[in-house]
Amino acid sequence: MSKLTFNTDNCKGCGLCVDACPKHILRLATDKINKKGHHPAEIIDQAACIACACCALMCPDVIITVEK
Amino acid sequence: MSEKVLMKGNEAIAEAAIRAGCRHYFGYPITPQTEIAAYMAKKMPKIGGTFLQAESEIAAINMVYGVSSAGLRVMTSSSSPGVSLKGEGLSYLAGADLPALIVNVQRGGPGLGGIQPSQSDYFQATRGGGHGDYHMIVLAPASVQEMAELTVKGFELADQYRLTSMILADGTMGQMMEPVALDDLTVAPMPEKPWATTGTGMKRPHNIVNSLFLQPEELEKFNFERYERYAKIEANEARFEEYRMDDAEICVAAFGIAARVSKNAIDEARKQGVKAGLIRPITLWPFPKAPFRRAAEHVKAMISVELSMGQMIEDVRLASECRVPVSLCNRAGGMIPSPDQVLEAILGAAKGGN
Amino acid sequence: MVVFQKPHALTDAPFHYCPGCTHGIIHRLVAEVIDELGIEGKTIGIAPVGCSVMAYNYFNCDMIEAAHGRAPAVATGVKRANPENIVFTYQGDGDLASIGMAETVHSAARNENITVIFINNAIYGMTGGQMAPTSLPGQVTQTSPYGRDVKACGYPIRVCEMLSELEGPEYLERVTVNSVPNIRKAKKAIRKAFQNQIEGKGFSLIEVISSCPTNWGMTPQAALKWIDDKMIPYYPLGVYKDRSAQKEEAK
Repeated sequence: MSKLTFNTDNCKGCGLCVDACPKHILRLATDKINKKGHHPAEIIDQAACIACACCALMCPDVIITVEK
Repeated sequence: MSEKVLMKGNEAIAEAAIRAGCRHYFGYPITPQTEIAAYMAKKMPKIGGTFLQAESEIAAINMVYGVSSAGLRVMTSSSSPGVSLKGEGLSYLAGADLPALIVNVQRGGPGLGGIQPSQSDYFQATRGGGHGDYHMIVLAPASVQEMAELTVKGFELADQYRLTSMILADGTMGQMMEPVALDDLTVAPMPEKPWATTGTGMKRPHNIVNSLFLQPEELEKFNFERYERYAKIEANEARFEEYRMDDAEICVAAFGIAARVSKNAIDEARKQGVKAGLIRPITLWPFPKAPFRRAAEHVKAMISVELSMGQMIEDVRLASECRVPVSLCNRAGGMIPSPDQVLEAILGAAKGGN
Repeated sequence: MVVFQKPHALTDAPFHYCPGCTHGIIHRLVAEVIDELGIEGKTIGIAPVGCSVMAYNYFNCDMIEAAHGRAPAVATGVKRANPENIVFTYQGDGDLASIGMAETVHSAARNENITVIFINNAIYGMTGGQMAPTSLPGQVTQTSPYGRDVKACGYPIRVCEMLSELEGPEYLERVTVNSVPNIRKAKKAIRKAFQNQIEGKGFSLIEVISSCPTNWGMTPQAALKWIDDKMIPYYPLGVYKDRSAQKEEAK
């Protein structure tokens, strides 16, 4: 079971992780606003995650932890 | 008294620096200080030190910044136009509270100027030289022996107070040869430098050497703290020599080569019945205010003898609180006042003229 | 099992960079390499002046903030003082290729045993988007509002190509971080640049083509594409000098 954890407070909502995900299971949470005023990234289908870490590799703010 | 060796002033600086534990020298060729670099180039490789001819004075001072960050004694030397280029680095060293020794063997200016001796970088040295609120300790030797002694002292004070020391010499001091007792030099042990960037060893939080503080409150705090240190330096480290000042009616103020010329003139003036004396600042910053304030109580006039258009004279006036007239006796552009010129100024002042 | 987490060599301080700016990716790659080589305790980083001026807050190793363009000179001092330290500079295009060009060229010519991470995003970011020595012909910036006119302000400087003509440097490579495969390649290059220093081989410079969405006036996604479309054609990726490999070949 793969697990993605986002340090949501530090997310700047750039969306680079969303584009990097080969499974298309990330999005920017347009219904949420973090402390910095951004829509933070979130995972919409944890079960579909293959822990490839592409999102984390692409994230400029190092806010993603990937576990398998 | 130990054995004396005959040395050029520039060589004495270099040898004293090595004896003070300096193992890193960075420089760029410029007359009239080149002997320092040449001496270091010969000696450093033999004692496991670094001599590096940098691509510019700017690079050299920043290499100094690097070695100082690493906690070691380090120096660079140059002459007036080169020191202007180092101005940026001097300001950064001050902002990061890094100790270092800078030698300026002055030549005439402004611009490319000439290569003959001058004291016209007094303002640049004593008022900072670079941007921002800061000071350097400025030491002005008047003999080859003092070139050596003040070099050691410069390293010690720099480490003690965490700032740059400058040896402010001139072409004459750099080039003249005199006997020096090098074995008389004593060097205090270097203090611990827990702030140095030598690697955390994974045993402590990281050290940061830095002069950037974007929060004005923080930057102001560091400026005030630095000036508290400067106040201690002003209180404890002002150095000067008094010559025949006890009963003097005319006080000559002069440093470096100008002081040597002035001593001859003072002796001659006394032969002619005019009681003249000399105050020779050894530290130009902190400026030795006390002897001038004292002298202002009993002399008729003061004369600032300088190889410039009149720079130290401002400090003489401030220190004597303008209680007596202060006049200028000067040559500039690489010329040196003669004893006769100084004598004439003394005799003129004694008559009440300026 | 943790597959990916923040490297130890990065502090917990959040980056001040704009959303989608790839400085953060490059910081992380440097930190990962420091972790993997086990050198954090003896590494000294030199921060530049420019967007990454506050890099000293982001790396857990000892850090020095240098004057604009002077990082290679400062690094030279640090390395000469303590040769057992691993010393890297992190510099932008204005810092390294404009005001600090002399320091760059001469530290390369001396084959100074340091690692230089050169961020080329073709613009001055911190001061609000002025023309850089690497801005492309025709590129619109605050100080080239009608596009960089090469007749008036000359041509961009290709740093790796230029330095490759020198006898001195050990290793020069240009990489980018605009995709996952490119990030993997960039890390390999950065790792080699540190490894070279550990082995005493000398000066290694990795030029990383980076994005500046804010001052390019693009979304982060469009900026990554602009790297492919505009930057890489002018700044081809690849190894420009690998002296050890050349020596091997000669054998």
